[in-house]
Amino acid sequence: MDQNFRLENVGLINRNKKISFKFNSKNYYGYEGDTLASALLANGVHLIGRSFKYHRPRGFFGAGVDEPYAVVQLYRNGETEPNVKATEQELFEGLEAKSVNCWPSVNFDVGAINNFLKIFLPAGFYYKTFMWPKSFWYRIYEPFIRKAAGLGVASTKHDKERYEHKYEYCDLLIAGSGPSGLASAYAAAKNGARVILAEDKPRFGGSLLTNDVNIGNQSGKDWADSIITELKEMPNVIVKNRSQIFGYYDHNMLVMSEKVSDHLPKTKKYHPNKRLWYIRAKEVLISSGSIERPIVFGNNDTPGVMLSSAAKEYLKIYGVFVGRNPLIFTNNDSGYETAIEFKKNGINPIVLDSRKNPDSEIIDEAKNLGINIKFSYVVVAAQGYKKVKSADIASISEDKKQLGKTENIKCDCICVSGFWTPTIHLASQSGNKTKFKEDIDAFVPGKSKQNETTLGAANGIFSLEETLKTSLKAGNDLSKKITEKENKVSVPNVVEKKSSKHDKFWCVPLPKGKHYKRFLDFQNDVAVSDVEIALREGYRSIEHVKRYTTLGMATDQGKTSNLNGLQLVSEIENKVVPAVGHTTFRPPYTPISIGAIVGREVGKHSKPTRKSPMHSWHEKNNAIFVDAGVWLRPRYYKRGDENLFEASKREAQNVRKNVGVCDVTTLGKIDIKGPDTAEFLNRIYTNSWLKLPVGKARYGVMLREDGIVMDDGTTTRISENHYHMTTTTAQAANVLSHLEYYLQLVWPELNVNVVSSTEQWAGAAIAGPKSRQLLQKLFPKNDVSNEGFPFMGYKEGDLFGIKARIFRISFSGELAYEVNVESNNGNFMWEKIIELGEEFRIQPYGTEALSTLRIEMGHVAGSELDGRTIPYDNALDGLVSKKKDFIGKRSLQRAAFISEDRQRVVGVVPLDKKTSIPEGSHLVKDSNAPLPNPKLGYISASCWSVEYDNPFSLAILKNGKNMIGEKLFVMSPLKNKVIPVEIVSSHYVDPKGERVRS
Amino acid sequence: MLHIKCPHCGMRSQNEFSYGGDASVKRPNLNKEISDQDWDNFVYNRKSLRGKHWELWQHLSGCRQWIKVERDTTTHEIFNTLKADEDIS
Ligand SMILES: [Zn+2]
Repeated sequence: MDQNFRLENVGLINRNKKISFKFNSKNYYGYEGDTLASALLANGVHLIGRSFKYHRPRGFFGAGVDEPYAVVQLYRNGETEPNVKATEQELFEGLEAKSVNCWPSVNFDVGAINNFLKIFLPAGFYYKTFMWPKSFWYRIYEPFIRKAAGLGVASTKHDKERYEHKYEYCDLLIAGSGPSGLASAYAAAKNGARVILAEDKPRFGGSLLTNDVNIGNQSGKDWADSIITELKEMPNVIVKNRSQIFGYYDHNMLVMSEKVSDHLPKTKKYHPNKRLWYIRAKEVLISSGSIERPIVFGNNDTPGVMLSSAAKEYLKIYGVFVGRNPLIFTNNDSGYETAIEFKKNGINPIVLDSRKNPDSEIIDEAKNLGINIKFSYVVVAAQGYKKVKSADIASISEDKKQLGKTENIKCDCICVSGFWTPTIHLASQSGNKTKFKEDIDAFVPGKSKQNETTLGAANGIFSLEETLKTSLKAGNDLSKKITEKENKVSVPNVVEKKSSKHDKFWCVPLPKGKHYKRFLDFQNDVAVSDVEIALREGYRSIEHVKRYTTLGMATDQGKTSNLNGLQLVSEIENKVVPAVGHTTFRPPYTPISIGAIVGREVGKHSKPTRKSPMHSWHEKNNAIFVDAGVWLRPRYYKRGDENLFEASKREAQNVRKNVGVCDVTTLGKIDIKGPDTAEFLNRIYTNSWLKLPVGKARYGVMLREDGIVMDDGTTTRISENHYHMTTTTAQAANVLSHLEYYLQLVWPELNVNVVSSTEQWAGAAIAGPKSRQLLQKLFPKNDVSNEGFPFMGYKEGDLFGIKARIFRISFSGELAYEVNVESNNGNFMWEKIIELGEEFRIQPYGTEALSTLRIEMGHVAGSELDGRTIPYDNALDGLVSKKKDFIGKRSLQRAAFISEDRQRVVGVVPLDKKTSIPEGSHLVKDSNAPLPNPKLGYISASCWSVEYDNPFSLAILKNGKNMIGEKLFVMSPLKNKVIPVEIVSSHYVDPKGERVRS
Repeated sequence: MLHIKCPHCGMRSQNEFSYGGDASVKRPNLNKEISDQDWDNFVYNRKSLRGKHWELWQHLSGCRQWIKVERDTTTHEIFNTLKADEDIS
C-alpha cells in the first residue's frame, strides 16, 4: 500500500527507515518515528474500531494520551496486550494490531444494530432494564452485557515480559517537557539541584514541536533540542522520555511508568518491558500542558472528526495530512494555526469560526494566505457513516441560539477547536483545591496542599513569553531554596503571535426537527441527551451524573469530555460551572499495565524463598517440598511410586518404631540476654519462669492482651543470663516484634535484649525409641542416659569437632532430641545423623509425618492456635499460672472465657474406623436437623493414626470437656460427606506422656 | 506512601515501618486490680480520631525501634516523631 496521505520532506520521522506492520491482517508501511495512528492515517485508514455501546464506527480523535477512540489489541513478540492507544503506540517492524469491540469485522459489525435500537439504550438503560426478573440475570442479561461491553481481550497466558520497580529521590521532579518544563528544569539544574524531567512522549518539547514560535533566535523546536542536549549532559539531571507520571501520592511521592521496550519489536535481553519509578521529590513542578476541547455538534463522533491540534501534530511531526478537503471548526485562534499548516502544504481548508468578527495577527495571516473563512458559522452535523463525506453547516446568531439555513458542503475531515483545558490531574491528585478561571472556561490549580507548583498551560497560561518567564523563575526560586546556590538564566527573546479572545461557545444547537446524536464522551457513547435524561430523573451531583451516564468513565477518563459535560449540567441547572464542580481526579492519570504495577513480585518472586542448609540433601533424596510461610520444607520423601499418604505413613511409622530425623531449621529462634530475662519471660508466658535452672528447657504459651493464644514453644536457659527461645515457623517475626514492643515501650526498665537467631542455627529433630542410641553415637563423650540427660534437659556437645546444642524436647511424643549447629555446619550434621543412624534404620521424615505424629499425640499447633482460641480451649490451662500476672491474664476472666460449656480440644474417630474426616468439617448432633444445623464445633486437623491404623482428628468442640464418649456427626457440605463419629480424648496415643520421659 | 522520620535513622519510606496503633494507650500495671471497664478500654476501645493523633510505628526493616509519630489522620501530615522513651508533650 502507498502512503497516499504523506507529505514529502515534512515532519520529524526518519524516512530512511521504512517499517512494515499489520492492521486487521492487512499489510501497511510507515516510517521510523511514526505512531500506529500516524502510519494508519498516512495510509488513509480512518476506521479503527467500534464504540462501546452503539458500536458506531470510530476513527482517530487526538494524537496522544487524550485519545478516546483509537484503542487496539496489540500483538508483539508472541504476546498480546489489550486497549493500547494507537496514538501512543510507536511503530516497530512487524507490529500487528487489531480493532477491538467489533465482530465479525470493523467494517461489518453485528453489534452496530445497537445503533439503530439506540432509542432503547439511553442513560441508565442497564440499571432500569436488567433488574428483573431475577432469574434472567445469569442466563440472559449478564452474557449479553459481557459480550457487548468488552474492550480488548486480556491474554490468559503467563506474561513473559519483565517489569521493574525503581526508587528515586530528587530535589525537583518536573512532569512534562514542553516550554514550562524545559525552562524550569534548566533553571533548577543550573542552580545545582537534582532534577528529574519526565516526558510521556518519545520526543521532548511538547507544544514547541508544533507551534510556530521563536525563542532566542531559534525555532521553538531547535531551542527545545538545545536545552535537552544540555540537560542530558548534566550529572545532576535525569531526563526520561516515554515516561508518564501518573500518580501523585502522599508526602510528595509520585509514580512514573517508563515504557522501556514498547517501541521495540522485542524486549532486549536483561531489559524490562516497563519500569515503574517511585520518586520522592522535594518539589514537584507540573508542566503537563493542556488538552484541546471539542465543540459538540451532530454526529460529532464520525471518523474524520478530530481535534484541530491533532491534525496539526499529524502534519508537523509525521508529515501526514488527515484529509484533502479539511473543514476547520473553531471558536478561537488555534484552529487558524492548523488551517495555515494545511495551506502551506498545498491543501485548501475552509475555516468556520463561531465568532462574529475576531481580529488578530494570525487571522490576518490566514486571510492573506487566501484561506476561505466563514465567521459566525458552525458545523451543525457531520455526514457520512464510516468517514466524514460532507458537513451540514449554518450561520449562527450572536446569542448562539438561532441557526441560519443549513447548507451542505463537501469535506473529508472536520478539525475542531473548542479552546484549551489545562491538564490539572496531578495537582488535583495531590490535594490541590482547584479553582474555575472564567476567562478560559476551565479549572486551574489553586492552593497547593503539598510542595507542588503548576506552570504554563497547565496553569492556564497560554502565552509562551509569560510561560518561559514564570517557569524560569519557579525553577530558579525553588531550587535556590534547596541548593542555596543561584546561577540565574535570563529570559530569552520570544517571538509568538498574539491571539484574540476565544468564544464561550461549546455546543451547537439542534436544528428544528433533527435529532442528531451529539456526543460528549466518545468512548462510552454518552450524548447530550443522556445527561439531559439524568438531570430530568433527578440526578444533581456531578458525581452521580457521571456514574449514571458513565460520562468520563472510559479508559480515557474523560480527558476531552469532562468540561463539556460540566458546561451542559451548568446550563440546564442554571448554575455557574464552579458551582457544579468537577468530579474527583484519581490516579492513574492514564491506564497503567498491571505488569508494571506488580513489577518483579510475580510467581516465585512474590515472596522470598528460604531454604534450610540441608535443602540440597533433601532434593537429592526425593523430597517433595511444601511452602511453610516463606520456607520450603520437605513434605515427604518419595520412595518408588509412593504417594503422599503412603510415604508419610511409612515415615511416621518408622518414628514410632525406630528413629526418624526431621529438618526443624525453620522454627523461629530468638536469642535473649540480660539479667532481667527470667522476669521478662515470666511476664510474657502464662507459666512460671523464675526458677528455671541453667541447662533446662521449658515449654511456654504466650497470649495477646485479649487472652487469645499468640504462640507456643520452648525456651532454654543456656547460661545465667542467656536464653534461647523457639517460636512456631509462622509467628517468628510477630513474636520478635511483640517482645520488642514490651521491652521498648512498656517495661523499658527491664535489662533484656532480644535478637532473631533463626538463620544462625540449623536444626534436626531426632525422634523415636532408638533416638538415644543414635545420640550416643553422635556424641560419645556426653552422658545421654535418662538420668544424665532427662526430658527437657539441655547440653552442649561436640559433634566430631563441631559445637552443637542438644535439647531433649519432643514434638512427636516419642523419646526425642533436637540438635542445633551453626547453619554452615547444618549439612555436615545432617549427613552424620543419616550415616550413624543407618544401623537403627533411620529415615528422614517430612512435615506430613510430623503432623500425623503430633495430631495423634494431641499436641496443639497452628491449626488449633488459630488466633481464636484461649489456653483452656487447647487443654493448656494447666500451664496458666494462678499466682503471677502476665500478658493477657486479665482477659481470661471474661464471661465467655470461663463459661461452663466453653469449647475445648477433643479427639474424633469415625465409627467405621475407615472414613477420613475432612479438615474444616463441622460437628453436629443430628445430621438430619433442619438447616441451619446448629454447629457444635469444627475439625481443626486430621491424620491417619499410625498407632491404631485408622483415621483420627482433632476438633475444637463446644463443652468439649464433657463430651468424651458422645456420638456426633461430622458434616462437610463441601465434600458432601456425613460421617458418624465418636468423641475421644485428644491424647489418642500415650495419654500419660510416658514415652517422652522414657 | 508516607515519608516518616525515624528519630534514629532519619527520613524513611512507609514500607520500612509497621503500624502499632494509638501511642497514648498505657498498659495497666501488672498485679493491679482493674475493673472490667478499664481493662476493656485498654484492650479494645480506641477513639477513631480525625485530625492530630499520636501513634506507634515500628521501624521494622530498619533499626527495629518502636517510635511515636504525631500524624494528622485526614491529611497524613506528620508533625513530630519521638523515640520510645520520650514522652508525648
Ligand atoms: Zn530507625
